[in-house]
Order: sequence, then C-alpha cells, then structure tokens
Amino acid sequence: MALTESTDPLLQEITGPTPGQMLRKRVFGHQGLLFGGIVLGILLLVAIFAPLLAPHDPYAQSLMTRMEPPVFLGGTWEHPLGTDHLGRDYLSRLIYGARVSLMIGVIAALISGVIGTAMGVAAGYFGGRVDMVVTFLINVRLAMPVVLVALAVVAILGGSLQVVIVVLGLLLWDRFAVVMRASTLQVRGREYVAAARAIGASTPRVILSEIMPNIANNLIVVVTLEMAHAILLEAALSFLGLGVQPPTPSWGLMVSEGKNMMLFEPWLVLIPGAVLFLLVLAINLMGDGLRDVTAPDNRS
Amino acid sequence: MDKPLLSVRNLTIDIPVGGGTLHAVRGIDFDLNRGETLCIVGESGSGKSLTSLALMGLLGKNIRRSADRMDFDGTDLITAGPRKMRALRGGRISMIFQEPMTSLNPAYTIGDQLTEALLLHRKVGREAARARAVELLEKVGITAAESRLSQYPHQLSGGLRQRVMIAMALMCEPELIIADEPTTALDVTIQAQILRLLYDLGREMNMAMILITHDLGVVARVADKVAVMYAGELVETGSAQEVFGAPAHPYTRGLLRCIPLPGKTERGSELGTIPGIVPSLIGDVEGCAFRTRCPHALPECRAEIPRRGAGEHLFRCVHPDGAVSAEDVPA
Amino acid sequence: MLTFILKRLGLAVLVALTVSFISFVLLFLAGDPAAALAGETASGEDIEAIRRLYGFDRPMLVQYVDWLYSAVRGDFGESYYFRLPVASLIAERLSVTMTLGVCGITFALLTAVPLGVAAAIRPNSIIDRVALFLSVAGQAMPSFWFGLILIVVFAIQLGWLPPSGASSPAHFIMPTIVLGYYAMPAIMRLTRAGMLEVLSSDYIRTARAKGAPEGRVLFRHALRNAIIPVVSLAAVQMGFMLGGSIVVESIFALHGAGYLAWESIARNDLPTVQALILVFSMFYIVFTFLADVLNAWLDPRMRSS
Repeated sequence: MALTESTDPLLQEITGPTPGQMLRKRVFGHQGLLFGGIVLGILLLVAIFAPLLAPHDPYAQSLMTRMEPPVFLGGTWEHPLGTDHLGRDYLSRLIYGARVSLMIGVIAALISGVIGTAMGVAAGYFGGRVDMVVTFLINVRLAMPVVLVALAVVAILGGSLQVVIVVLGLLLWDRFAVVMRASTLQVRGREYVAAARAIGASTPRVILSEIMPNIANNLIVVVTLEMAHAILLEAALSFLGLGVQPPTPSWGLMVSEGKNMMLFEPWLVLIPGAVLFLLVLAINLMGDGLRDVTAPDNRS
Repeated sequence: MDKPLLSVRNLTIDIPVGGGTLHAVRGIDFDLNRGETLCIVGESGSGKSLTSLALMGLLGKNIRRSADRMDFDGTDLITAGPRKMRALRGGRISMIFQEPMTSLNPAYTIGDQLTEALLLHRKVGREAARARAVELLEKVGITAAESRLSQYPHQLSGGLRQRVMIAMALMCEPELIIADEPTTALDVTIQAQILRLLYDLGREMNMAMILITHDLGVVARVADKVAVMYAGELVETGSAQEVFGAPAHPYTRGLLRCIPLPGKTERGSELGTIPGIVPSLIGDVEGCAFRTRCPHALPECRAEIPRRGAGEHLFRCVHPDGAVSAEDVPA
Repeated sequence: MLTFILKRLGLAVLVALTVSFISFVLLFLAGDPAAALAGETASGEDIEAIRRLYGFDRPMLVQYVDWLYSAVRGDFGESYYFRLPVASLIAERLSVTMTLGVCGITFALLTAVPLGVAAAIRPNSIIDRVALFLSVAGQAMPSFWFGLILIVVFAIQLGWLPPSGASSPAHFIMPTIVLGYYAMPAIMRLTRAGMLEVLSSDYIRTARAKGAPEGRVLFRHALRNAIIPVVSLAAVQMGFMLGGSIVVESIFALHGAGYLAWESIARNDLPTVQALILVFSMFYIVFTFLADVLNAWLDPRMRSS
C-alpha cells in the first residue's frame, strides 16, 4: 500500500494535509467562490460557443414576429425568450451579448492591469519621486468623473466595441495602482527581497521573481473587481446610447432598447439586466472568494 | 476577619476549540480577605488571566465558566445578572490590564476616561469627578495633573499611561483590585516604581488585591498569600512565608530555582530550568498535569491527586511532602 | 494641523489643474469645435471662418490658458446648443444634483452604518448574512437596471411614486434609493470591519471593566473609533456619486447637472461638457479634501500631529 493512501489516523496527524490539499479544501469549502466559479465558467463557455448555442442569427430581423413573448409567458419554443422590437431572437442576442460583456471585461482589465500594475509596483519599489508622481497621478485619475469622461470620449471617437474597450482600459487602472503599490511596499521590506538583492540580483529580476509572485494573489482579486467594473460601465454607457452602437448585441443596449416597451413587456428589460447582474455577481463572488482563500492569515 | 471578601470554590473554565474542549482552568479555590494581597503566579498560558477575567464576568461569549461558589461580599458572581455585574465592575471591583498602550480609548481625553467610572457608579457632578481625577493623578505621581486631563492617550508614554490606568481603577475606591501583569509591557526601570505605587496605594486605601504576575521577585516582596498556577490548576496555595519558605509542590520548587531571590540565592550558584513543555489541555485531563515534567513522577500521578497540607498551605501532589530531597531544596 | 491643511489644499489645486488640462486636451484632440459649432450644413469656408472667429486656430496651450483664465473667473464660455453662458446653465442645474447627492449619501449612511454595526455585533448571524447579501448584490446591481425595476414596480404596477421628473420630494425617493444603494456596500463593509476590529481591542475591555452599559460600550467607545474611516469614505463616495448621477438622472429624467452632461455630450456641446467635467472633478476634490480635514479632526492622533 502506498504511503499516501494510508488511513492510519496517527500517520495522517503527523504528516498532515499537503498545502495543495488544504487549498483544495478551502476552495471547495467556500460557497461564494464555488458559486461564482461555476456561473462564470458557464457564461464563459456560452460566450465561446455562442455560434453553436444560439438558435438564430442575433442580427436577423423579422418584422412579422416582433415582440413575441418568452415561453414562460405564453410564447413558442421557436423563440424561447421571445423576440425584440425588430423581431430578433432574444435568446440568441443574449448569448452573443455574453461575448461582448466578457470581451470588454477581460481586455479592459488587461489593459488597465498592465498600466496600473506597472505604476503601482514602480511606486512601491522605488519610492521617493517615482512614488510621488504615481500617487499624484492616481489622485488625478480618481478626481476625473469616469462615466462622464468615458461618455464624452466615446461620443467623440464614435462608439465601437474597440473604442469602448480602449477607453475603459485607459480609465480603470487606478485601483490596480493603489493596491499594487501598497502590496509592493509591504513585500519590499521582507527578508527574501533583501536576500535576493544581497546576492546581486538585478532590479528587474528582483521585481519579477521576488516581488510579483508574492503580490499576485492581490492582483488577481483586483483583476476580478475591475472586470466587473468594466462590464458594468460598458453596460451603462451603452444604456445611455453612447457606448457600443446598435445592432451589436450588448446587454446594456438591450435594456435600453427594451426600456420604451417596458410598460407592456417588462421582460425585455428584466432578462438582459438579470443576466448582467448574474455575471457581475459571479465575478465579484469569485474575487471575494479568491481573496479569502489566498489571504495569508487563512493558511494556518 | 470573620468572612472573606472574595471566596471562590471549584472555578472551571472551558473553551470550545476546533477538535473538542480546552479545559483551560480547572477547580480553582481561594479566599481573599479585605486588605490582603494575593499573588497568582505561573507561566504564560497557565490560565491566570482567564481566572481574573472570569471573576469580572468579562470572558468571551463562547467561553464557559462554572463554579460551586464565587462570592464577593455576599453577592454571588455566578448568578449575578449583567446589571448587577456592571454595578460591581469599576465600582467595587476594578481591573488593571497588562497593555497600557492599547487599553485607553484613543478617541477620548484622559479626563473623560478617568471620570467615566465615577460618573457611572457614584452620584457626583462633573466638577467633583474632575477634582477627584486630579487628586488621583497626583497620587499616582503624575505631574501637572490638571493639564493632563485634556490630553489624549497617544500623547503619554507607556509608564504614564499605566499610571493613568491605576488612577482610573482607584477612582471609585474599589474594595478589590485585580491587576493582570500590570508591568510586563513597561521598561524594567519603571516596573518596580509602578508596582511599589500600586502596593502602597492598596495598603493606604485598605483594598484587597489580586496581582497576577510571573515575577517571583515581586511576589516575595508584596504578597500576603501566594497561589501557584500550572496548566489551569492551582498546584500550591498558602501564605507567602509558607510557600516561599517551605515549597511543597515540585513545580513551585522548580519555579523558585529559576529566579534569584535576594537573601536566598547564593552568589555564583546556577539558576535552574524546568525542562519539557506544558501539556495540551484539550480533551479529558486526568491526574497531575505536571507529571510529564516532574522529576518525581510516579505511576500514581495519572490518577486523581489528593489535596494535602495543613491550614492554609495546601498543595496537590502524590508525595506527602512533595518528595523533598536534598537536590530539590532551593539552594 | 494648519500646515497639514495647507499642504492638502495645495495638492487639491494641483490635481484640479491637471484634471482640467487633461480633459481639455482630450476634447481638443478628439473633436473639431468649429465643425460642431457650425452645424452639419455648414460649408468648409464657414467652418474656417468660425475657427478663426473663436480662436480655435491658435495653439492648444494658448487656448487652454485662455480657457483656464476665464474659468477661474467663473466664465466657462457659451453653450453651443443653448446659446447661453455655460456657468449659469450649470448653476441652474446643480441644485437638483446636489439634492440628489445629499439624499443619496444620507440614505446610504442610514442603512449601511446600522447594518454594519449589527453585523459586527453578531458575526455570522442572520443579520450579518442579510447585510453581506445586500452588499454583494449592491455591488453587482447595474444602477440603470435597478432604477428601471423600481419604476416598473413602484410607479407602473403599484402607482405609488411618480416615474420621472423633479417637481416634488416624492420624485426624489427612487433616485435616492438607486444612487444610495450604489454607495451602501462599501460603507457597510467598512463599518462592519472597523467595528469588528475595535470591539476586540483592549480599550473596549477597559470600558467593560469600568462597568459601562453595553450600549455605551458599543456606541460611545466602539463606534466613535470605527466611524472615523467611514466618514472619509462617505465623503469620497459622495464625490463618486455626483459623478455617477448622470445615469440616475437620465433614467428618472431629473434635469440636473448629470442630465445636462448627457444631453451636451449627445449634442457635441463641448464647452458645456468641458465645464461639467471640471465641476464634477472639483466636487470630488473638495469632498476628499473635506474628508481628510474631518478625519484629522475626528482622530486625536492626527489632530495634534
């Protein structure tokens, strides 16, 4: 019998669970993380396999079948979630909408993550003037009204998916910079960083192999938060008519289009909003869960 | 004195932990008369602080306390409701904690915090309370007492803060003061001053005092009674002369060998150590907890240990006289 | 304390200048004000004429300094659309936005602080779970969607509240809830975390040892310390909320500064947009400045240093 399969309680107690086992136990013991992970996973699969899953072309209009109700409100299985004011299949638009939201969330968080992390780590590691400049820039960025600036710039440059992604990516780096700066400051003083410097490691090497691995857990948490932030902002911009332009199937835009018929067909607004809420909730729960699970004080 | 001020019988404290119950304090008995000083000694984690918090009714919510008897001047502390306990706390029983740096509220002035207990418990006006605060600050040796009232805790040094804590405990002239290692957080030079002050004030106001410490040098100077605590049990209690003069329990003797006592320890002689570690108190605890470190341990030590001794000098050990042998007598 | 305030004030001015410069550059690079001003039917020559007339052909830096010099004196130019001074246009709309902001932050504080305190007193209790659920949901709730749901339920189905407009206090109820709910989660979490930390501190034990009643321990001793960071967070949130009022005002057709911003962006009314960006960032700067001063005043350790 292999030693690892031993059921001897005494031996178990002495050897104890491996760090991997403990991590797995914490992950599966965390309801929020589990729920968030599963929902996000499903929506991710839906976004990737949208062409296979969508029953109809999300852009195909049909003036003969406009505003058909969903199945649960007396509609047919031909359009399980009904059709919108142009007769487009609502379920298909919803499925393709997952692509828009996730793409915006992921790419905008990537752009802002690179900018913010570079600034934050530089500020935390070098301190002094660098830190002063970065801190000032963070203050400036926080003072700019995000929604207003994003709206204005998108309106001027024209609302395409690419423009929205880039604008959000360039605006949302503040939290990355704040958190990475604080984390780097904390790690910088540790013995292993001093040890790496003492054996003559170069600055980039110290940052990449000593600092970054130790602040990665905080980085992941901020990535999830900013993904959620970007997705919500895109939806708000599109809702205001100054984000992604029709006929792109954006959930925010779908709410906006459904708004005029809200009095008679509230599901046109309820369904895309609920999916948006679910996606953001899942991402936030993932982030909270990851923070709980990777928090150092939880490791004992 | 006919009736003790504080009488405790079979005080037990259990803490639920992940894998069972931690029997942190087991079967504590002691009596304390008015004006007397009882020193509870023992190493860290032996349950001294828990015992004092249990007396105050300040244990955490999940900690269980039980006792056959816990009587403070006719009031049963076990059955007393929150209202009754509040009236005692700060009014008739005061406590001084070991962390002067963090035991004062950073948001309020020294004056506010000093007068709070008095205003809560006695029918006095603000002015009278402030006058009393100034008087006590002077008594604990703080200069410019009047101007200190409007200062905030962060503006005072650790030694000053502990003096403030002492003044605060004395505001209502309590009958009992519990001081939980009041000097451990302070510089060695200040420790002696503060203890001397506390002791003198206690005598002056005829207060009973429970002093929790692991400094036997202090105990030898101030204690009327000594209680030696090990792993949640009182292994030996008695008057200071009895316990120091004729220590009966092997642990007490071990402790006494670890510290130099003026007049008792010869110059140049080696100080002792007690090898081993304190056993886990999770799950059922039977027999003598010290047996794993005791040089005289016998098979009988696993069983219930009788309490032996005469008068007030009691100890828990299977050896009638604690197996006194030449090598164990304090050098 | 005074040097702290002066330093902080200097920083605030510097931040405001930078924000105004960045937004000026953004709008300058992105749009052609002359074309916007001339309208869609104008010929190339007309646009050129307008460009020269308004000085749009001058170097950007000159235009910025010119704009800033006027702005400091309260002159933000003339709205392309309304043909009115931007300053008076904004001033007229600000009262609605300010009312909304004050109501929103009050609502957020009145719900978040008691919930946070209750949750911290009994961690893992039902009330703690409810508070956690509300804050998690609040963070994920798209505010425009939340607003529309409120309209469907309370204005259309139940008919209790007016769906849009700003003519009575009742008109502000739903916008207040939507805007306040946006700020609630962060305030709730900070209150809870602060109370948990403070309640386990030594000075709370001291207060209990003095025989202070539980209510006094909780509110006078604990909350007084836990609330310090909450106050500054609330001020920062207030700044964010005013910036976020653009969404809420558009849903409920409240004709405040946010609504004006939305209209002006859609109409390419650059002077108005430029001025509004500055005004909203000034709000944020003023509120964070006040937060820092208030914080220093509430915390004796900072007051004396």
